[in-house]
Formats: sequence, structure tokens, C-alpha cells
Amino acid sequence: MIPELGHFALILGLCIALAQSFFTLIGAQKGYARWIALARPAAYGQLLFVGLSYAALTWVFLTNDFSVLYAAQNSNSHLPLLYLISGVWGAHEGSLLLWALILSGWTAAVATFSRSVPKVMLARVIGVMGLISVGFLLFILITSNPFERLLPAAVEGRDLNPLLQDPGLAVHPPMLYFGYVGFSVAFAFAIAALISGQVDSAWARWSRPWTNIAWMFLTLGITLGSWWAYYELGWGGWWFWDPVENASFMPWLIGTALIHSLAITEKRGTFKAWTALLAIFAFSLSLLGTFLVRSGVLTSVHAFASDPERGVFILIFLVLVVGSSLLLYAWRAPTLKSAAVTNLLSRDMALLLNNIFLTVASAAILLGTVYPIFAEAMGGKISVGPPYFNAVFIPLTAPIAVLIGVGMLVRWKKDNWNRLLGVLKWPLLATVILSVALASLLPEWNWAAYAGITLALWITATVAEALMERLRGRSLASALRTTPRGFYGMLLGHLGIAFFIIGITLVSLYNQEKDIRMKPGDTFEMEGYSFTFNGVTTTRVKNYNAQRGEFLVRGKNGYETIMHPEKRVYLVQKNPMTEAAIDAGITRDLFIALGEEVDKTDGSWAIRIYYKPFIRWIWLGGIIMALGGLIAATDKRYRQMARRNVRVPEAAAIGGAL
Amino acid sequence: MTPARKKRLLLILLMVAGIGVGVAFALKALNQNLMFFFSPSDIVAGKAPQNKDFRVGGVVVEGSVRRPGDGLTVEFDLTDNAESMTVKYTGILPDLFREGQGIIANGRLDSKGEFVANEVLAKHDENYMPPEVMDAMKKSGQAMPSMPSSN
Repeated sequence: MIPELGHFALILGLCIALAQSFFTLIGAQKGYARWIALARPAAYGQLLFVGLSYAALTWVFLTNDFSVLYAAQNSNSHLPLLYLISGVWGAHEGSLLLWALILSGWTAAVATFSRSVPKVMLARVIGVMGLISVGFLLFILITSNPFERLLPAAVEGRDLNPLLQDPGLAVHPPMLYFGYVGFSVAFAFAIAALISGQVDSAWARWSRPWTNIAWMFLTLGITLGSWWAYYELGWGGWWFWDPVENASFMPWLIGTALIHSLAITEKRGTFKAWTALLAIFAFSLSLLGTFLVRSGVLTSVHAFASDPERGVFILIFLVLVVGSSLLLYAWRAPTLKSAAVTNLLSRDMALLLNNIFLTVASAAILLGTVYPIFAEAMGGKISVGPPYFNAVFIPLTAPIAVLIGVGMLVRWKKDNWNRLLGVLKWPLLATVILSVALASLLPEWNWAAYAGITLALWITATVAEALMERLRGRSLASALRTTPRGFYGMLLGHLGIAFFIIGITLVSLYNQEKDIRMKPGDTFEMEGYSFTFNGVTTTRVKNYNAQRGEFLVRGKNGYETIMHPEKRVYLVQKNPMTEAAIDAGITRDLFIALGEEVDKTDGSWAIRIYYKPFIRWIWLGGIIMALGGLIAATDKRYRQMARRNVRVPEAAAIGGAL
Repeated sequence: MTPARKKRLLLILLMVAGIGVGVAFALKALNQNLMFFFSPSDIVAGKAPQNKDFRVGGVVVEGSVRRPGDGLTVEFDLTDNAESMTVKYTGILPDLFREGQGIIANGRLDSKGEFVANEVLAKHDENYMPPEVMDAMKKSGQAMPSMPSSN
């Protein structure tokens, strides 16, 4: 009964979504006040019914109702509570339902928190989001109904994929979806603005907090995914340039460009058309990501057995969304009059360069990701490996790190070299001195490591300089109080990049990896640590059997610890899984994974031992960036919009918030 | 030309140059790093390149996994059900590597014409068959009857 109610609620959700987009969009066009007024109730109604539907599916999982095919395939009565809840989005059907739920959640949030947005504009935004919702709900109902019954009911479920039975992965998909779907708000605002012709500073100001929040979730989602891949896949890597990783990274890059471009449009009223285009791209790439993950067109760690029919549906949806929005853009963009950047030495110009680099980097990743699909259509079987992405991505993004420092300190509109150099000379000096000092601490000299450290220091030093410039000539208390949160958000976001650069540079250049064969009693030395293998024992834990290795690890200064890597075999799906043992630290991780038993007579195992310096800094950087996004989104001025008429500030305050 | 126009022209040139450099980088890198896929039949027929990395995919032949020597080197046969070939690999095999399982290996042919893999990929889902392997099997006319249709 409950599954049928869930299915029915979903159909009602679709009906509301249809009404939501029809009445609001037509109403806004024709000026029917009553139709426009339907926007809010429709948004809440849709959230209610999609939420009920989602709750019904969760209920199916919690009660182990294996007469529902989806639950029978992806759940099991022995699963712990957490994985019964997260199991709902553990596979295709449920994760799409989560997508739809988050979309209706975002829509309701827009309806609630955008009181300052004119009713007509808001109606259009909610109408556009309703259209997206129609697409996704249709997709679920036609190709991927999670409530489909299995007759006769299964006695026991086939269990959740063991890889997904992990707290990190329980939260990774929702975070990522919050990000992906969040870009639909920026997209809907852009479309609404293009329809009405009101692509201006006010529009940028409305879009900014939403874009920041979506970006924050996407940042966290990618960071979590990278961390999960590191400890759970047992490979010890943190990024693989896998098509599905790329699918989340491209919208992130474009989203980052969008955040910056919205800043210019808000502050200076320029780049309007470009900003609208970026908003369209960011969401289109999110949809493309969904297509890549769900269609199985690419060989990827995420590509589970999949159904081509679904791929075709998403592809059609993608073409419709991208096609119609680009058409609208082509029709409207020429009417948007923007003042051009008139000075090469200005923050406007720095942000423009940032946008170019980010967009080109994203395009290069897109090329590498979809090239195999096109090659296949031409009859060739080709894959593009990580060396391509590294070769393209690093030279395209390193200049951004240099630009960050300049961009924070250069003035809007017009600056002069003397002033700028005067400001930049201290951070530059600090960077040069500190980078030489720090580089001398490196285990061995390496130009790339030196370059990485220099870039990170440069960003840190300019962040400090930007903060000091803000505080100069005022009492600390008043300066701290009057500084907008957006400014702190910007500083944190950039600081996160510095941490991230240190992490990737040091771990890529100085990590030690070794696959070796060890028998009990053997000791292996690496980077001043000795690893003694004490053999493997077999134990039964809850829903899996584990072979558990024991290693005694000794380091410098009497450091001693015991590590337990495991090889698990889950009882239902019988898949073996490596559970690495990690001894985490600020400056290094020690990582041990069990391969397989290579010789049963003497108990030798294939063992993988890694030494990963500064790897935590990569994720720490991601978390700091996300925090920056959150703080920027809570800036007071987005909440004050209702009280004053938004105008383009004639000359933004020097060093003003981004 | 007015100064404003000059600036605008400069700006556009700058953008075009930037994008041009980006595209040049990308195409060069793409050219160097494309990895082609070959099936065991292709390799036996001598279609695969020497001294260049490529991918090979197929099903691991039952009973073919062996460990010569006392190190971590493992050898196994890979088949598309028409022809089969030997793959050598030193290191730890992925969790889902199993006899009878579809896998993909990245590597190159050594001077003796043996395929030495630097990476072996097996997927998380036991029903999953990499699309390349599936196609190769279809081409050889030997697709196994138990191909998964959906998850």
C-alpha cells in the first residue's frame, strides 16, 4: 500500500510541477496576478508530494519490504539503520528520486527566501524550476520507477553494494546533488532574467547567495568523494580523472567562474551576457554529469550495469534544456548592453582572465571526457588517460593561482601600476623569502615542489595583505565589524586554494608507493618508518567476513602504532573488498592495504604500503573553500535587499567585498 | 580607431590568444595520450602498436592465473572467446579481479611481443561488463549468453 501511495504522490508531484510551470510562466508573460500568485503554493505543494513519495520509499527500506523491486535489489534485512536510510539513494532509481526531492527543496527555499525579488521575476524562476522538475519526474516515472513491485516478493534483499556501506559515501551523493541541483537556481534566475530582459545588477545580486550555497555543496561533495575514493577504493589515490569525477568537476569549474562573474555583474553592471551564459553552462554541465553517470556510455568506476533507454531519455532532456536556453540566449543576448572593460589594469580585467582560464580548463576536461564517445561514433575505440588531463589542467590553472593574489588587491574599474606594485611588494617579498626557507626543508630539491609552495605562499601572503589593507587606519573592532562577510568568504575561499595546492604538490611529488610480498615476521622500511607484518587472522563481523592483517609500525622519536588493513567478503553479494588501514596525520598519512594471499604455505601476502605526505591538506583545502562559500552567502547585504532599492554602486569601495 | 575600440580589440585578441593556447595545449596533450583499445583477436592478428600504451579487454580465462617466481608478478590469459593472449602484471590485482570476469588492462607490448600491463581494471559490479569488452565479444561472434541486460 505504502509503495503505491509513494508512486501516486510522485504522479501528483508531476501534476503540480506541470501546473507550476504553466501558470507562472504564462501568468508572468500576460501579467495575470492570480496566476503569478500560484508560484509559492505550487512550490510548497510540489515539495510536499515529492517529499511524501521519498518518505514512502524510505519506509519501504526501513520495513524491509522486498516486494518492491528496488529494495529487493539494493537492501537487506541485516543492514544497519544508517545504510537503510542511505541505501535509498544507493542506486539509480532512488538517487533520481533524491535528485527530484532536492530540486523541489531548492524551489521551496527560493519561494521562501526570495521575498525581495519582484513577484513576476520570482514566478518565472519558479516556473523554470518547475519545468526542470517535470523533466526529472517524467524520467523517474517512465524509465526508473522505484516503486515497481516484485511478484512474488523476494525473501531477502540482494544487499546494498558493499562499497556504499560507508558513512562517507552515505553523505557524498546528497552533497553532490545539493550542488548539482543548486545550480538550477542560478540557471532559473538567468533564464527568468533573459525572458524579462532584466539582466542587471539586481539579478546578479539575487543569484549570488544561491550560487554560493550550491557551489559550497558541490565543493564539499567533490571533497568527500575524493576522500572516500582514497580510503575506500583501496587505491590510495585521491583523484583519477575518471569521467564521472570530471562530470562533477566541470560544473564546479564553471560554477567558480560564475561566482566571480556574478561579482563583476553586481558591482560593475558589466559582463551581463557572459554571466547569464555561465549560469546556463553550469547547470547544463550538471545535467551532462547526470547523463554520463546514468547512461553508462563511458567506462568508469561509477558505471554500473545500466540501461540505454535511460541514457536516451536524459540525452533528449539535455538537448532540450541546453538547446532552448541557448536559443533564448541567442535571441536575448544582443539586446544586453554592457559597458566593456575599459582598463587592462583593473579587478574587472583580473576577473575576466580568471573566467577565461576556468572556462578553457573546463572545456579541455570536457574534450577529454566526451572525446571517447565521439570517437566511438566514428568507429574507433579510444580512451583518454590521466596524463592528458594533467598535461592540460596544470598549465591552465597555475596562472589562476598567480591571478588570485593580484585580483584581490587590484582596484575595480581602473588602477595604476605604481599603486598596485606598492601594495604587492610586501606579499611578493614575503613569498620569495619564505618559499626559499620552506623549500630548504624539502627532502630533495624539486622545481615543481618549489613552484607549488611559492604559489601557495603567494596566495596566503596576498590574503593577509588584503585583510591588513581592510584593517588599516581603523580600530580593529570597527574594521572587523564593518567588513562584509562576503569579503571574509573570499579570503577563506582563496586560502583553501593555498592549502589545496600544498597538498597536491607535495603528495604528487613525494609520495612513496610500494607493492611488496611479505610473510609474517617480515619488516619493510619506508621514509623512516618500519612496518612489521604480524600475519592475517579471519574474523566474522556483522554482515561480512574479514581477513584482518596486523602491522606494527615504528617511526622516529619512539612513534609506534598498530594498523589493521582488512580484506572483507560481504555475505550476500560475495564481493571481496579491500579496507585499507590508514594512520592519518597533518604532515603525512601511512596507508596499508592487503592484496591477496600469494602463498598459502608460508602465509605471504601481497601488501601495498604508501607514504602520503600532506594529503590531508587537499581535503582541508576543500573544506576551507566550502566554508568560504557559506560565509559569503550569509552576507548581510543579500538580506537587506528588501529594504532598499538596488542600484549599481557608482564606484565600489576600495578593496570592497567580492 | 578610438582608444576605446583599440582597447576592446586588444582585449579580444588577448582572449583569442588565450583560448588558442589552451586549445593547442589540449590537442597536443590529447594526441600524445590517446589510448586505443584492442581486443585479443586484434593483438593476435598483429594490429596493436609496438612501444605505445594501449588498452586491451576481455574475459580472464578460467584456470589461467599463475604466479611464476616468488614476487608479485602474475600472468593470466585474456580472451574474447575467439582468440586469447597472455597478460603479465606486477602488483596487486583489483578486488574484483577473478577468473571468468571481464577486465580491462592498460599497458604495452614488450620486445618479446608479450603484453605487460601497468594497470588492471575490474569493475565494482559483478554483472558489469566494460562496453569495450562487450563489443569485442560481439565482434568475435562469441558473446556469452549470460550478458546482463540491466541492473
